[in-house]
Amino acid sequence: MVKDSSLPWRERNFEGIDLVEADMGIEIDIEKCTGCGSCVSVCPFGVMELINDKVRIKEGCNLCGACVDECTFEAIKIEKAEQKVSEGYKGVWVFAEQRDGKMKSVAYELVSEGRKLADKLGTELSAICLGHNVEDVEQLICYGADKVYLADDAALSDHQEDLYTELLLDLIKKHRPEILIAGATAMGRSFIPRVAALLYTGLTADCTGLDIDPETKLLLQTRPTFGGNVMATIMCQAKRPQMSTVRPHVFKRGTASKERKGQIIKVDFKKEAVTSRTKLLRFIEDLTEKVKLDEADIIVSGGRGLGKPDNFQIIKALAEVLGAAVGSSRPPVDEGWISYSHQVGQTGKTVCPKLYIACGISGSVQHIAGMGTSECIIAINEDPNAPIFQVATYGIVGDLFKVVPMLTEKLKRSRGTA
Amino acid sequence: MNIVICIKQVPGTTEIKIDPKTNTLVREGVKSIVNPFDAYALEEGVRLKERYGGKVTVITMGPPQAEEALRETISLGADDAILLSDRAFAGSDTWATSYVLSKAAAKIANYDIIICGRQTLDGDTGQVGPELSEMLKIPFISYVSKVEEIKDKHIRVQRMIEEGHEEIETTLPAVITVAKEINVPRLPSLRGSMKAKTAKIAVWTAADIGVETDKAGISGSPTRVVKIFFPKREHKSEMLEGTLEEQVEKLAERLEKIV
Repeated sequence: MVKDSSLPWRERNFEGIDLVEADMGIEIDIEKCTGCGSCVSVCPFGVMELINDKVRIKEGCNLCGACVDECTFEAIKIEKAEQKVSEGYKGVWVFAEQRDGKMKSVAYELVSEGRKLADKLGTELSAICLGHNVEDVEQLICYGADKVYLADDAALSDHQEDLYTELLLDLIKKHRPEILIAGATAMGRSFIPRVAALLYTGLTADCTGLDIDPETKLLLQTRPTFGGNVMATIMCQAKRPQMSTVRPHVFKRGTASKERKGQIIKVDFKKEAVTSRTKLLRFIEDLTEKVKLDEADIIVSGGRGLGKPDNFQIIKALAEVLGAAVGSSRPPVDEGWISYSHQVGQTGKTVCPKLYIACGISGSVQHIAGMGTSECIIAINEDPNAPIFQVATYGIVGDLFKVVPMLTEKLKRSRGTA
Repeated sequence: MNIVICIKQVPGTTEIKIDPKTNTLVREGVKSIVNPFDAYALEEGVRLKERYGGKVTVITMGPPQAEEALRETISLGADDAILLSDRAFAGSDTWATSYVLSKAAAKIANYDIIICGRQTLDGDTGQVGPELSEMLKIPFISYVSKVEEIKDKHIRVQRMIEEGHEEIETTLPAVITVAKEINVPRLPSLRGSMKAKTAKIAVWTAADIGVETDKAGISGSPTRVVKIFFPKREHKSEMLEGTLEEQVEKLAERLEKIV
């Protein structure tokens, strides 16, 4: 039963018979419902319940349709107009992001993954690179691209998203790819949705799994939602291209082969035709971060257990030996011990490094949502019941002020840097 | 200044639990809250109003109970709140949501700035802000960490990116999304709470804002959730044992293998 019935509407809904469903886009045919309850057990959101041997839907239905598929009596109906399938779209595209002429690592990761998708579809893989004097463009071919569309212009070096939006939109309209994947970086998350909005197509953010449905040949996009508590697989059935963003490090970079052949196609960029409404006035580099969290292979993070700002030195010393980035859970940021740019977690950055070392971090749901997919997690905490140990690969129950410096020294010695 | 804030009512995520028997989300007793990221958007809107004068209007698309979230925003300094609620909106993905919001913004008209949170706590996509800007054909800046100045229909802000901060200028009207760094949201004032109790919350339906229903809700959404499952949490944890020295020794050995 719904307990928090502080609002009159809820009482209304649960007193009457022909209720909530009418406003939710899902309807239950009371005549056909036998009250078998099979839909109740398949509802991933737990919003179905049996009242007087009839099924009811509570607040929170996502119209996912799991109950419709399960019901053998055809008692549940979701009303939905059929969309017309866009036709004539072919090929897989990867948006290859660069900054200051240097290719971002996520570009290679996505080209490697895009190659697999293109092979499953038996189609071409193209990488799209927009920038100025970009190095290593041919590397995109070595990692698996058949074609690279390259726009090179000084106007693109400021990575103004207005120009990127226009240019990518034009290319998509012209070449009509069926799939487009891009990195879920600050830039990708800002301008890719704009492209999707203009194309009236679907975009799935922060996918952790991409695959091709063998039957329909459509892209299956799997992503965490509800702070990583639930995984959802999403499809874009009728609109094209099917678009996804993927965070750095989620997919592994394949092996580059110099033998691979491909074509670099210069894209004509008519800068007179587009103007950027935003203007970059200056860039203020974050000097507190030697290694950037988002792209780091190793992250050493400190939490409330550090007790005071100066103690971040212990974390920084270990990070230095490992060539790692320095992260933090939320409490030190809230306390002002370290800047927000270091915060890992749901309200900070989501990271996926090879190795994550959590020192004095208890492991709240929100923190784990931001680092739980790391390949290897090491937890050092005094409290043996800290939730962080449930996701840790290796755990040490102990005083971080002893463990961390000892580990730093040991690593220094074994690396001959002491 | 006409300031519009977009918010969403979400389940308080810390309270999300999974029933181990049925493997479904336990919703009993889960409180709905204003998406925490939107609290920063609202606070910034109220601060801009305090700096430059004007009016703060909050909009949300949701079921009737989302009215509760709108009342909360009034207690926090919003002047006006509008609920966009219609059966035709149910099941909207980010495209359809942005579309509905854009229609509401068009009806409000004369807005100078639209502020959204960076993302929502439940969906986590962060797509509605940028999609909304394109539907309204106005400039967009994401992850704003500081509003430097608004002058002569121009706004100058700082935004966060991976490498640091950028100072960017654009023309108004514009859509911005804000980072947590931007402010510390205030608590409800007594006066605000009183106002919230009696405030009239307008409800706009699809017809009220001229939404074409085949572009909204589940019918208008390009994406569809086809499967929902719970991540496997079979984690083989190894707790290192022995004296502290031995534990650190073991850890260093394992570390060397990984890095």
